[in-house]
Amino acid sequence: MIKTENLTKKFGDNLAVDRLTLDIGEGEVFGFLGPNGAGKTTTVRMLTSLIAPTAGTAVVNGFQIGYDDYDIRRSVGILTETPGLYDRLSAWRNLTIFATLYEVADVPGQVEKYLRMLGLWERRNDEAGTFSKGMRQKLAIARALLHEPRILFLDEPTSGLDPEAAKLVRDFIEELKEEGRTIFICTHNLDEADRLCDRVAVFKTRLRVVDTTKGLREQMYGRQVVFHLAETAVSYLPIVQNQPYLRHVEAVDNKLVIALDDPETYNPDLIRQLVEAGANIQFVGELRHSLEDIYLQLVNQA
Amino acid sequence: MKKIQTIIRKEWAEVFKNRLVLFTVAFLPLILTALPLITLALTNSFSGEMESVSTGSMDFFGEMCQGLSEADCTNVYMLNIYTLMFMILPVAIPVTIAAYSIVGEKTARSLEPLLATPITTVELLVGKMVAACIPAVAVTWLAFLIYAVGAWFMVNDVVFAQAMKPMWLLAIFLVSPLLTLLAVSVAVMVSSRVTDPRVAEQLSALVIMPLILLVVGQSVGLILINEQIIVLIGVIVAVADGVLVYLSVKLFQREAILTRWK
Repeated sequence: MIKTENLTKKFGDNLAVDRLTLDIGEGEVFGFLGPNGAGKTTTVRMLTSLIAPTAGTAVVNGFQIGYDDYDIRRSVGILTETPGLYDRLSAWRNLTIFATLYEVADVPGQVEKYLRMLGLWERRNDEAGTFSKGMRQKLAIARALLHEPRILFLDEPTSGLDPEAAKLVRDFIEELKEEGRTIFICTHNLDEADRLCDRVAVFKTRLRVVDTTKGLREQMYGRQVVFHLAETAVSYLPIVQNQPYLRHVEAVDNKLVIALDDPETYNPDLIRQLVEAGANIQFVGELRHSLEDIYLQLVNQA
Repeated sequence: MKKIQTIIRKEWAEVFKNRLVLFTVAFLPLILTALPLITLALTNSFSGEMESVSTGSMDFFGEMCQGLSEADCTNVYMLNIYTLMFMILPVAIPVTIAAYSIVGEKTARSLEPLLATPITTVELLVGKMVAACIPAVAVTWLAFLIYAVGAWFMVNDVVFAQAMKPMWLLAIFLVSPLLTLLAVSVAVMVSSRVTDPRVAEQLSALVIMPLILLVVGQSVGLILINEQIIVLIGVIVAVADGVLVYLSVKLFQREAILTRWK
């Protein structure tokens, strides 16, 4: 659905996006992570035909940027970094304007559908300027969906929202995901990316890494299992450290942190050996590094 | 066409909820309609004294006053000046609306979602220009009609016929809309190049300057506006309109507007 090859954007001498190559499939929710000024918004603007690339190519929904800009703009939906609503106009009017500009066949029907879906129907006649941040964001999302785009670009969809509003927006994105739409999300919210995205890319002017969040964890840290013992763990190190399937083992207080490739196969054997050696195992769990750890490591390397 | 209509309706819905713009649209026409009528009323009350004024000043008015009394000549002179002012009106009114049209959207951050829709630059700019022109022309024509009806009651037929010569009707009903489009194109062009609505408004207001010079020229007797001058102005402005509308579209750089403005 979205394919870029060496997509590059320069503003004068300033390189904003450097040779970005991506391939995003249909129905995929793709997280585009990066710090402020990394070039995320510039990338979205290129992919929505708002600005032209300096070099490279991109095909969005079968249309090539720079050549089929009108078709791209007609077939994608975009939630910009700020909602950019007409504050003096009602929610209904805001959406009606955009539905007409997006050449929607049944304007009132589509506007009603999304106002109801996002819980704004009762406030449809109120000026958008009177809405809370969360409601404004929902209205902006509705605006991006009026023409039923198969590809949706969401630039910081939950930025600045309180937890309740952010959850509402996230739940709605989940619904869109279930509908099979391709969603490209720029976000700082790593927890959100972890929960919503099939794959994530860490980006800072150039692409650092692309993978599933699980794949990234394994790439960076391998799989790690923690054995919580009732006693100090260091005395059990000799029991486990010579096992051929272990990649790394470490004792921290009363915990044994063990890196291994296939815990489902080898955990029973490890547990047996530890118990036979007299260890009192309280519980066993997989150590899950947060996406934040991975992100910070990658961004700081850059 | 539907998209242009949508932009026009959107602009009107937004703009006419803005008190500053409403004030601009309403205040100037009110003043320009009331002022000449008040002046005429005052002039008529002093007409007795005017008859005794030296006829030397008749030379100043030249052919405009041939066959008229000095009082009638003064009325014709004043009405001509005020009619000329009605040509400034449709230039002054839409400048605020048009100046805010691009830069105002950008500062409100509503321009990016708008540019992300499948709307062409021509559709967008034509919509914005027409939205600024129509109220200005409509209000000008309405104000002029009120002024004309008021004048008809207050002056004699000879003076009225002189003041409402076809030349002035041509100026108000044909040249004024052309001047409006000129002002609006300049305002939209400036608005898409600057980053502050106030700067856009001030720069666009400079379009009024040549018209003010025309009014001053007529007032002090430097120029006596006649049919040829009005037609000449009409032709020049029509050509300028074509060039400026074309330039507005060409100079509207979506990328520069989105990326260089913060």
